Amino acid sequence: MERVILHIDCNKFYASVECLHRPEIRNLPVAVGGSEKSRHGIILTKNEIASKYDLKVGEPLWSARKKCPNLVVVPPNYPLYMRFSKEVRRILADYTDIIEPFGIDESWIDVSSTAHLYGGGERLANIIRERVKAELGITVSIGVSFNKVFAKLGSDYKKPDAVTVISKENFKQIVWPLPANDLLYIGSATYRTLQKHYRYTIGDVAKTDLKTLQKWFGKVGIMLHSYANGYDLTPVYKQELMPNIKSISNSTTLPRDLVGYEEVKAVLFVLAESVCRRMREQGFKCSVVKIHLRDKDLTTVSTQKKLKYPTDITREISETACSLFLKNYNFDKPIRSVGVAVSDFSSFNTPLQYDFFTNSQKKEKLERLDKTVDTLKKRYGNFTIQVASLLKSTDISRFNPHDDHNIHPVGVLKSKI
Amino acid sequence: MYRKVYVEVNAKFEKDGNIIPQSILWEDGTVYTLDKITNICIAASLKAGGSGIRYTCIINGVQTYLFLEKDRWFVEAREY
Repeated sequence: MERVILHIDCNKFYASVECLHRPEIRNLPVAVGGSEKSRHGIILTKNEIASKYDLKVGEPLWSARKKCPNLVVVPPNYPLYMRFSKEVRRILADYTDIIEPFGIDESWIDVSSTAHLYGGGERLANIIRERVKAELGITVSIGVSFNKVFAKLGSDYKKPDAVTVISKENFKQIVWPLPANDLLYIGSATYRTLQKHYRYTIGDVAKTDLKTLQKWFGKVGIMLHSYANGYDLTPVYKQELMPNIKSISNSTTLPRDLVGYEEVKAVLFVLAESVCRRMREQGFKCSVVKIHLRDKDLTTVSTQKKLKYPTDITREISETACSLFLKNYNFDKPIRSVGVAVSDFSSFNTPLQYDFFTNSQKKEKLERLDKTVDTLKKRYGNFTIQVASLLKSTDISRFNPHDDHNIHPVGVLKSKI
Repeated sequence: MYRKVYVEVNAKFEKDGNIIPQSILWEDGTVYTLDKITNICIAASLKAGGSGIRYTCIINGVQTYLFLEKDRWFVEAREY
């Protein structure tokens, strides 16, 4: 049986929700942007009117205002967006239980076994589109296809407030003329390589010999070949069956640039602590620690280290992060943002054989300490208990990455590669 | 032009979980009794800006929308 998969994309999600709640700004160019004071002043999304001014997501607000002087900037209201995101999924759940969220504003649904009740995939897509508009006051664009990749392309093809059907009959006309970087997982680097070999459209990729693509990109080449030809068979995962988490990370842009190691150390500690707490909540230990640094000219350095033994101990992770920092940064430029990520997980109760020189008693002690701190933080709030050294620089260290940001878009690749 | 006016509502909580508003306390202190509710659905209010459960009510012979947005009630009020 041919699958019927819908990809639902909320158009300009944050901006649409804001414009719904503020009728007075609905006809003006609007951008949702972070706080300029704490230097998160970039555009997160913008509405249709603001799009005409060539504003880019991620662009600093000062530069956006230059292009569009009457731009209305509203601060983000994440709890409200979460509510709308849930509401959209509530509507989707009326038609299927196979819903795979992709970030806060996109979802795939598999309606292979229910679409006929509503007169087919396209009719159902239109029912959903109309319902979201009437019940929530925002618009969605929906792609209807026989696989996830083309469904996603379909939702991008025509927007806002539109439905695009990409079938086995018409995909060569619709999909193949599109530029190759419209395809899921063709980023700028992959696209550059393709261009070097004179492959510009998705059709060019599809018609390229599988072996050739494999030679250029390895395993990813096989994936691109199947994506471009519509062979993708990846199922729509129910949320609870989502494949395992591959990495956990937290990052922050500081309210002021960091100039000394002590300051960086404090921030690395806060991030490492949050990452470790999240890791312990999942019951994981990690074997790889990675840090991410961005200097004031927005140049990014990222570097990682494999640990000798898997661990979930805050102190060990933060010390590793600090040693990575010292090895890879010489402070020629002040630092603007910092991130810590852990990956390569194993279960916390996997037995471990330490070597003769490892002090396992100390490790157990630190584990007990972490457990106690976690319980205290959970019961009485994040700032109930803190490492004393953080009190020296509260302006940069007093933030709570564990609870502040809860929107983690999930990678599509998952366990495929 | 419309504006979003949050109002105090007297409501009946039925035993099957339905919430049926009975009367509204307007900004100026007047209490308006709902003569009839003709429709209940989930809807967005583009005029006032918001969304929730929309009760289509008849008050003094005039049709009005009353919204329950999360846990607050609001009315689309016309501004003259």
